[in-house]
Amino acid sequence: MELDVMKKKNRKFMLFWIALIGITGFFMVITKYDPIKSFTSIPKAIVWTLTNFYPNSNSIEKLPSILSKLKETIFLSIAATTTASAFALLFGLFGSKTTKINNLLGVLSRTIASIFRNIPIVAWAMILLFSFGQNALTGYFALFFVTFGFLTRAFIETIDEASYESVEALRATGATYFQIVFQGVIPSSIPQIISWVLFMTETNIRSSTLVGILTGTGVGFVFNIYYKSMDYNSASLVVISIILTVFAIEITSNYIRRVIL
Amino acid sequence: MELLNINRLSKEYKGGTKALSNVNFSVNEGEFVSIIGPSGAGKSTLLRCINKMIDATDGEIVFDGVSVTDINRKDLRKVRTKIGMIFQHYNLVDRLSVIENVLHGRLGYKTTLEGIIGKYTEKEKKKAFDLLKKLGLKDQAYKRCDQLSGGQKQRVGIARALIQNPKLVLCDEPIASLDPNASKVIMDHLKNINVEMGITSIFNLHQVDVAMKYSDRIIGVNSGEIIYDGTPDNLSEEKIHEIYGSEAGELITE
Repeated sequence: MELDVMKKKNRKFMLFWIALIGITGFFMVITKYDPIKSFTSIPKAIVWTLTNFYPNSNSIEKLPSILSKLKETIFLSIAATTTASAFALLFGLFGSKTTKINNLLGVLSRTIASIFRNIPIVAWAMILLFSFGQNALTGYFALFFVTFGFLTRAFIETIDEASYESVEALRATGATYFQIVFQGVIPSSIPQIISWVLFMTETNIRSSTLVGILTGTGVGFVFNIYYKSMDYNSASLVVISIILTVFAIEITSNYIRRVIL
Repeated sequence: MELLNINRLSKEYKGGTKALSNVNFSVNEGEFVSIIGPSGAGKSTLLRCINKMIDATDGEIVFDGVSVTDINRKDLRKVRTKIGMIFQHYNLVDRLSVIENVLHGRLGYKTTLEGIIGKYTEKEKKKAFDLLKKLGLKDQAYKRCDQLSGGQKQRVGIARALIQNPKLVLCDEPIASLDPNASKVIMDHLKNINVEMGITSIFNLHQVDVAMKYSDRIIGVNSGEIIYDGTPDNLSEEKIHEIYGSEAGELITE
């Protein structure tokens, strides 16, 4: 009996792998994917990177202008994240089961958040380009919308997880809605809330580089110009400075997380 | 004098689960009442209907001369300030200090703004410290609640309920998560509150022996219906088995 169960399980496992390999093969044929060529081109890519994609003395001279653009990108993403998180907190409170005011508002805020979250940031940037043109405001709104959608979702779960029991106790003492929020919900969930905001700031620095290429602002724009004018040395310096910035932000936010938790 | 009257109370959850059906009883001032019964019998629902944390489907609850069942928000707030509540999982805000958690018991008396910024009067703070001293937590006042043991947390919960100046204390399984030692400390404190301060107490308890020892009166609930209401002395073995739906020799208390 038990042996049968094991055999059945093994057969299922086999079927799963056969199916997986079948699907992979099928789509490789459709997309004309050549695995041998893709593997052999890896060394070529590495060689190209090593011979072209490094900063030289010429590109170092451009560092001040890169850094000033990088600063613009960082500030833009911080501004978008902080303002979006304020709105997300409000919608998170409405959307959470623990702190909902009524069901209608709950469903509404979850739906809005879901729509904003599920439209990719590049799509947002392209849509907003029509209304705001090529400037920082477009990038700001694109980042704002996606961050708002994502953080609302994250905050709803944080609030539900962290504060159900204390909310119940405060309700029983006769506390009003906003007293419960400020005395119970926020103190219980503030570490996770800050953690999510820091995470989004990191993510947005990366995303705003990408958005910058489209909107013609910030460090993404600079990268695009160098890259298209085949100044790969300067382009590599941009990439390196972005990587270092993201590292620095990550280290800082890890430190902050350790202190507040 | 009658403090609480429950009349034909019924509660049906969405999906048709009947938690309470036709529950009737009244509680006099100063009484110590324990509600016993198996898990899922509707004990928690019954307790939460009293301060309208759960809306009853049918029937009426009158507390201190006020009908709780159809009450407006402002009056409900006033009623809740007069009813302290103590929970199995203490339900403290773990990241705040002990004293802040105790003072939360005053929120029902404050304006929204005062409550948001946590502005308490000197008198309230003094009262909070007095209560902590009485419950043996004087040295813990500035500690964060997540550093306390279960027994200490429950004493903070008691202090939070008492600072409300309640007429009634509802205790939902107050000792179910505590070791026997801490359980006795908590039950003794709660009995003290009842005897010395004259605060009416209604308990949900899992431990029949504890209920027998401390209560003036026991209410036995099974499947949402009251099947025993009387003194602990009159509660026979057969009746206990009827409450828990068990056969002789099956219960751990025997």
